[in-house]
Amino acid sequence: MNPWPFVTAAYGITLLASAWLILWAWRTMSRSEARLEELQRR
Amino acid sequence: MHFLANPARFLRIARPATGWLLGLGLLLALAGIASGLFLTPPDYLQGETVRILYVHVPAAWLGMGGWAGIAAASLSQLVWRHPLAAVAGRAIAPAGATFSFICLATGSIWGRPTWGTWWEWDGRLTSMLVLFFLYLGYIALAASERDRGGEGRLAAIYGLVGAINLPIIHYSVLWWRTLHQGQSISITGGSSIDGALLWPLPLTLLGFTFLFVSAVLMRMRGELAEAKLEARLRRAAAA
Repeated sequence: MNPWPFVTAAYGITLLASAWLILWAWRTMSRSEARLEELQRR
Repeated sequence: MHFLANPARFLRIARPATGWLLGLGLLLALAGIASGLFLTPPDYLQGETVRILYVHVPAAWLGMGGWAGIAAASLSQLVWRHPLAAVAGRAIAPAGATFSFICLATGSIWGRPTWGTWWEWDGRLTSMLVLFFLYLGYIALAASERDRGGEGRLAAIYGLVGAINLPIIHYSVLWWRTLHQGQSISITGGSSIDGALLWPLPLTLLGFTFLFVSAVLMRMRGELAEAKLEARLRRAAAA
């Protein structure tokens, strides 16, 4: 059995899932902080 | 811990720490992944599939470590009423769930060529799956409690009760000797893995830990900003 498709799939899932986590956390944080800043400026 | 009870003080530390942890985490995780994929030799028994362990093991540790963090936050909330404990618990849960999912998925992918099966109802695998479902339950419970304006006490109790699963996961390989191999690395007893294969593991472990903490800090900052925003809007509506 060729092991490389399994290795590639495992690393692919890890990179996709951790990238999703970081991007989602970054996006929700930036959006909330930007809304707060805008309200404070008004 | 009480030093960080003041949200303003916490934010003064969290703002610069988020970027540093994210940058360092990316650097270390990518260095560990590249080393694990291209610089280590294949294992004499597992062959090339041993490379999956460089992402599987950190994911397992972070999945469990995340729940230990939730348990600590829950205790801190119930005993000392720490003002940021509920926020911390809610912020840890998605990161912990993500890494538990990575652990389950990569373990299953590793199992197919190594054990000849994608899944087995083995003690370690089942208790890890239970941990993933516990995370989903915590996320739903904490969100519904917050939406109702609660302090998050129910979620804190759930977080403490769920911590019972951590020693079950840890000792499952000793209590039920089925498919999953026993402990290969211990903090006190060293490692049974050869050094030529082991060295990228601390890189991925540290890298993913930094990424995990930076994601938690981002969620906490987001939640604190939302809370401030809601309070201001409520004050403005009342005036």
